[in-house]
Amino acid sequence: MKMDLIQPFINAADAVLSQGLQGSTKVTNLIMEEQAYRRKGVAGMIALTGDIEGRIVLDLEPQTAVKVASHYAGADLPESDALIKETIFELANQVVGNAVSALNDQGFHFRVHPPHLLTAEEGDKSSEDVEALMICFETALGNVYMNVALRYNKRRLADHASVGA
Amino acid sequence: MEQFAPIKRSKDGQAVRYLIVDDSVFARKNLARMIETFGGQVAAEAGDGLTAISEYDRTHPDIVLMDITMPQMEGIEAAEKIVQAHPEARIVMVSSVGYQENIVAALQRGARHFVQKPVKPEVLYEVIKYVLGDDGAVAAGAGAGV
Repeated sequence: MKMDLIQPFINAADAVLSQGLQGSTKVTNLIMEEQAYRRKGVAGMIALTGDIEGRIVLDLEPQTAVKVASHYAGADLPESDALIKETIFELANQVVGNAVSALNDQGFHFRVHPPHLLTAEEGDKSSEDVEALMICFETALGNVYMNVALRYNKRRLADHASVGA
Repeated sequence: MEQFAPIKRSKDGQAVRYLIVDDSVFARKNLARMIETFGGQVAAEAGDGLTAISEYDRTHPDIVLMDITMPQMEGIEAAEKIVQAHPEARIVMVSSVGYQENIVAALQRGARHFVQKPVKPEVLYEVIKYVLGDDGAVAAGAGAGV
């Protein structure tokens, strides 16, 4: 997976988290996931289809998710509150939307699917075809993990090239 | 949250009424809180484009804040249908997907402006003032202002 594909997601997550949480964020870890993905807590997953396909997971440990959602709500939320899941979904939407906007302006076309809750403890393994990268953002309220697994849709890109030729 | 000088309707000095359309409860709450800081009032909320159309017909808000990616009917289509029925409708698209094609499509189909998420209150405030034009007035001497 090329960094020029990943960088818009890192930039978008940094912008969304630092603006929303009103503090700076720091990328503390960036690793290629070779084992199956293990969910940390409240995880929202968004699928992408189009010239680039795959999925992005935004994953927060339960206590961090409560703190982040409470920050946005402006009030302390209980761990069971549905607004916690909604907050993580909306953050994932904003990160993916901003990243996709940047990639679209570079000529890639996508469809962004609605977020859904990742409930499985383990996700897909990386493969030669679809590599997964885990990025950890340190924020004032705790760590936010973003798992990105994307691949170029070679057939669609070839179609675009033949149309453009 | 920062307080802004209230924006009122010029014709009667009443609070500007908003219809908030977003499938995310979180996003609707967030926008509602911002609107309160602008001195506005939430006339109605909708979680999809179809409901937005019926809520517009029911409440006739001054401004619609409309997400794009939603179930049942997406925001651009809903905006187009509202403007077809109510050419005076003022619709501001509010979406995280802010690429040029989307923005142009929304504007061509009747939206007045576009704000990218995450929404900065000061940006939304300025957009609302712009979209209201002469139909909106900033109350003098009230709030911190921007």
